Amino acid sequence: MSALLSVKGLEKTFGQVVAARDINVDVPQGQTVGIIGANGAGKTTFVNMITGHLTPSGGTIQFEGRDITGLPSRKIMRLGIARSFQVAQVFPTFSVFENLCAATAIARSGSSVVGAALSRFVSAETSADAETALDQFRMGQFRDALASTLPQGVRKLLDIAMATAGNPRVLLLDEPTSGISLEEKFGLMDVIMGALKARGTTILFVEHDMEIVQRFADRVLAFYDGTVIADGAPAEALGDERVREFITGTLIRSKDGKLAASRASHA
Amino acid sequence: MMTGLRILLGAAILGGLGAAAPFTPLWLISLVTLAMSTGLVVCGLIILWRGGLVPFGQALFFATGAYTVALSGRWFGVTDAFLLIALAVIMAALVAFVVGFLLAQYREIFFAMLSLALSMILYGVLVKSETLGSTDGVNVAQASFFGMKPRGPGYTFALFWLALGMVFLAWVGVSAYLGSIAGQLAGAIRDNEIRVEYLGISVTRLVHLKLTISAALAGAGGALAALSISHVDPQMAYWTTSGGFVFVTILAGAASVPAAFLGALLFEIVRTIAVALLPGGWQLILGSVLLLTILFVPEGLGSLMIRKRATISEKGAA
Ligand SMILES: Nc1ncnc2c1ncn2[C@@H]1O[C@H](COP(=O)(O)OP(=O)(O)O)[C@@H](O)[C@H]1O
Ligand SMILES: [Mg+2]
Repeated sequence: MSALLSVKGLEKTFGQVVAARDINVDVPQGQTVGIIGANGAGKTTFVNMITGHLTPSGGTIQFEGRDITGLPSRKIMRLGIARSFQVAQVFPTFSVFENLCAATAIARSGSSVVGAALSRFVSAETSADAETALDQFRMGQFRDALASTLPQGVRKLLDIAMATAGNPRVLLLDEPTSGISLEEKFGLMDVIMGALKARGTTILFVEHDMEIVQRFADRVLAFYDGTVIADGAPAEALGDERVREFITGTLIRSKDGKLAASRASHA
Repeated sequence: MMTGLRILLGAAILGGLGAAAPFTPLWLISLVTLAMSTGLVVCGLIILWRGGLVPFGQALFFATGAYTVALSGRWFGVTDAFLLIALAVIMAALVAFVVGFLLAQYREIFFAMLSLALSMILYGVLVKSETLGSTDGVNVAQASFFGMKPRGPGYTFALFWLALGMVFLAWVGVSAYLGSIAGQLAGAIRDNEIRVEYLGISVTRLVHLKLTISAALAGAGGALAALSISHVDPQMAYWTTSGGFVFVTILAGAASVPAAFLGALLFEIVRTIAVALLPGGWQLILGSVLLLTILFVPEGLGSLMIRKRATISEKGAA
């Protein structure tokens, strides 16, 4: 099995609610996977299970051939799977630079608590890493701004830049462009993908905007009611009848029988 | 991190205080020594405080340190002051390491109250146990210093110099810790635990570490207090003792380590004056001081001493 990340029969129930049912996905190294689905379809639950935020009710998750099902998030992160959050998670009372220093410092300390007590927060190495990240994610002008004062797009970038500090092999982005204006979305994704592609990071990103998905994804996973209803190249998956009916809302036939291409609703 | 210059300056100030001792009234020297013991505990509270944790039961570790000194002397005949302090620090840290498996799971008011509960258990044990001296406590024999046994005023001086040495070590050590990754992450823990976990480091373990370090300092403070008062009693584990430490932490603020010692000194002085002025109602004066601090200097005296929020890059460049 050459897949970097391999998910088999993944299930998650919350009482009566089935948030994930029989999800099977293999992701090879270097792929960029767009995850689509209406709100409540189970996208975040899927991300949460892979990153150890939630323990699956059933099924297995393998990373580099190793079973990581149910490991705590911190351990999964250390193995090389990082994530960003739907609501950007940064340290509001730190500046952008300090946020990046925190991330790079932890990555450099090997994540051990004793190591963290014995290494300096700001060293030549952590600052250099933080400056590199500032540059790669184009946040130079916000270097000394407090994270709590950042525009939404920059806060999202910071969240992602922090997630990549440990050079993860897999990065899961939960709605990186949510809350961002239409005009800024593409620019934001260009910066993110530019920074990540250079490192060969395998990316899974949750996205509602089908134009973005088409532009950036090599492959699309379509979620509906907790399960994957389509999986394939973007054109193929987005053309799937059930995807058009349940997710993109484009299954509106005009008189000449052609499909009306319309932007996906944000439900 | 501290520059060599700052360390030299600190050493010079403490050295100067040490040199002034023979020209200072004994009661004042004892008062300062006692204040330094409180300052050591408060140094530890600063570490927790920065992470948003306020223990209402830090007297647990303070009393552990104090009783370790008293009982090591009584049961095993240990008299060397340095050894006694080392034992006290180790015992207090050990207790914190054990209770930390429980305490480090909690935050905010739950952390505060659980810490209080644990200290009250120790209090109860001390009061009930005849072998541990019950309510009368245990007398502490006069300590020796590398075989030397100063007596009379010489003993008071020796303890004072010992206190200055401990303050110096605590200052250098705690400053280094606060500049470390674990120290700097305190604010991050307070702000956003999820993010810290997802950077790959365990918040629970970080809290556990902070608690253990703070307990070691509280143990050192308790040991110094035991030597300086020559007596330990269950009151040292009582919640009012813990309350006093929190009081001084509010007074001093978490911004600077030297402020912990100045705050402790101010606290001792205010308390001494208050007791002299209003024997039955000194708490009234102490309470008013606390009220004024919270109203007018909410970030503590330390915030008056240092520039507001120097950015970390500047701190790091130093
Ligand atoms: N912690 C939880 N407790 C109970 N139900 C949850 C929880 N998290 C998600 N759900 C439910 O699981 C389903 C999938 O949610 P989610 O994965 O957040 O969807 P999406 O990210 O696709 O919008 C929803 O019905 C949601 O209400
Ligand atoms: Mg979601």
